[in-house]
Amino acid sequence: MKYIVAVIQAHKLDEVLQSLEDRQVNLVTVSNVLGRGRQKGVTEIYRGAKEAGSLLKKVKLEIAVNEDFVDATVDAIVGGARTGEVGDGKIFILDLHEVIRIRTGERGGRAIG
Amino acid sequence: MNTGDTAWVLISTALVFAMTVPGLAFFYGGLVRRKNVLSVLMQCFIIMCVVTIQWVLFGYSLSFGPDTGVGVIGNLKWAGLNLVGGQPNADYAPTIPHGAFMIFQCMFAVITPALICGAYAERMRFSAFLLFACLWTTLVYDPLAHWVWGTGGWLRDLGGLDFAGGIVVHTSSGVSALVIALMLGRRIGYSRAPFRPHNLPFTVLGGALLWFGWFGFNAGSALGANETAVNAFITTQAATAAAGLTWALLEWQQHGAPTVLGATTGAVAGLVAITPACGFVNPVNALFIGILAAVFCYIAVAVVKARLGYDDALDAFGVHGVGGVWGTLATGLFAEKAVNAAGADGLLFGGHSLFLAQLAMVAVAPLFAAAMTWILYRFVDALLGMRVERSEEIIGLDLTQQSEAAYTVVE
Repeated sequence: MKYIVAVIQAHKLDEVLQSLEDRQVNLVTVSNVLGRGRQKGVTEIYRGAKEAGSLLKKVKLEIAVNEDFVDATVDAIVGGARTGEVGDGKIFILDLHEVIRIRTGERGGRAIG
Repeated sequence: MNTGDTAWVLISTALVFAMTVPGLAFFYGGLVRRKNVLSVLMQCFIIMCVVTIQWVLFGYSLSFGPDTGVGVIGNLKWAGLNLVGGQPNADYAPTIPHGAFMIFQCMFAVITPALICGAYAERMRFSAFLLFACLWTTLVYDPLAHWVWGTGGWLRDLGGLDFAGGIVVHTSSGVSALVIALMLGRRIGYSRAPFRPHNLPFTVLGGALLWFGWFGFNAGSALGANETAVNAFITTQAATAAAGLTWALLEWQQHGAPTVLGATTGAVAGLVAITPACGFVNPVNALFIGILAAVFCYIAVAVVKARLGYDDALDAFGVHGVGGVWGTLATGLFAEKAVNAAGADGLLFGGHSLFLAQLAMVAVAPLFAAAMTWILYRFVDALLGMRVERSEEIIGLDLTQQSEAAYTVVE
């Protein structure tokens, strides 16, 4: 099992969710996050005082999948989030030790979907 | 007695009420970090409560009561609003009940110490704040109001003009704010990079409510529904509009972007500056007063403060102190008897004595306010400790002073 974490441009969220749904990936957790990468942030000014390169608003997706869904999930995220501009974000894939469905107590691959 | 005048003053009283809460409270509240927003709202709210009580019990009498002899303070004959009732007081407002004048002035006494909150925001102990605000109102505001507005007040007898409080309200609070900011020191983590305002829509809403309420503050200070009130209303609108636009343009030119915080701040600077002048100047000169108010306050806030490094957290001095001094001097330049026969001619209209009286007010009031603030600070600091503990400042004043949180993160 893998745990896929993706940080994407906030305005591409709907496309990514649609793209995931098209590939039968339904389980996803979404949160608002702040971050920065090579593109740096945008300058903010408050009463003449400058804050150069502050953090940018991003959206983070967390998705747990079985091995045979990894490629489909990555394709879905890339397909939905990519604009070709700097700042499109990153995908991180981590090994996942265990999944437990709280309602039934099921464990492992059967609990994921 | 005139029912129209009375109605206008009562409505104006409610307008000036709204300047402190919610106007100033939200203007300031939006500018602080989210962990301190309730402490600012609370300070403004509780000042409304305690200063009103002070005013009824003895504050009004000290400020406007019969002079004790040398023009420095009123006596206590009107304490508990004794003799302040339905009959007009011919010295202050001959066409409305004395009580209407008293409650209108109460709102001015309330907002003045509340303005100072901007300087010590995010690091003042609540108990110390409360004691300081009571003492400051009694020992700084009440005497100053008496000097400038009270019958027999020495600055009033000198010929100084302050239509709605450029000296009494804004210069006094602004200068005191600077003294406290210097004595209290910077907030933890303060540097040239700004703390982010946590909710600028609050600030814009509060600033707009200040503008709205200021029609009561300025036009209401005519104490009647008359030509002077209309002129004050028009000049207030003109100066504020000019100042708001000027600040935004300055920022656009200096930093490449006009900010809504800048436009709002500029508008407040314009409101402050036109306050002493609004009943005495014509609308075109009000535009000049507003434009220059934005320029002077912008320099104070964006250049001087950064250079000198003091932490006037929400720019109470930069906007109210600087704007108040400029407005008071501008009154000495632009006032004309053609606008208000009860006023005087300023320097640009051939009068010299008015400008000298304005200079005297600008010299005396800040000195008095600064010295008294220094003494009161030392006193309250020794008694209660002005500044919260380091750990309390880091956690935030909402949780450590008020034991509540403004926003929940989870349900």
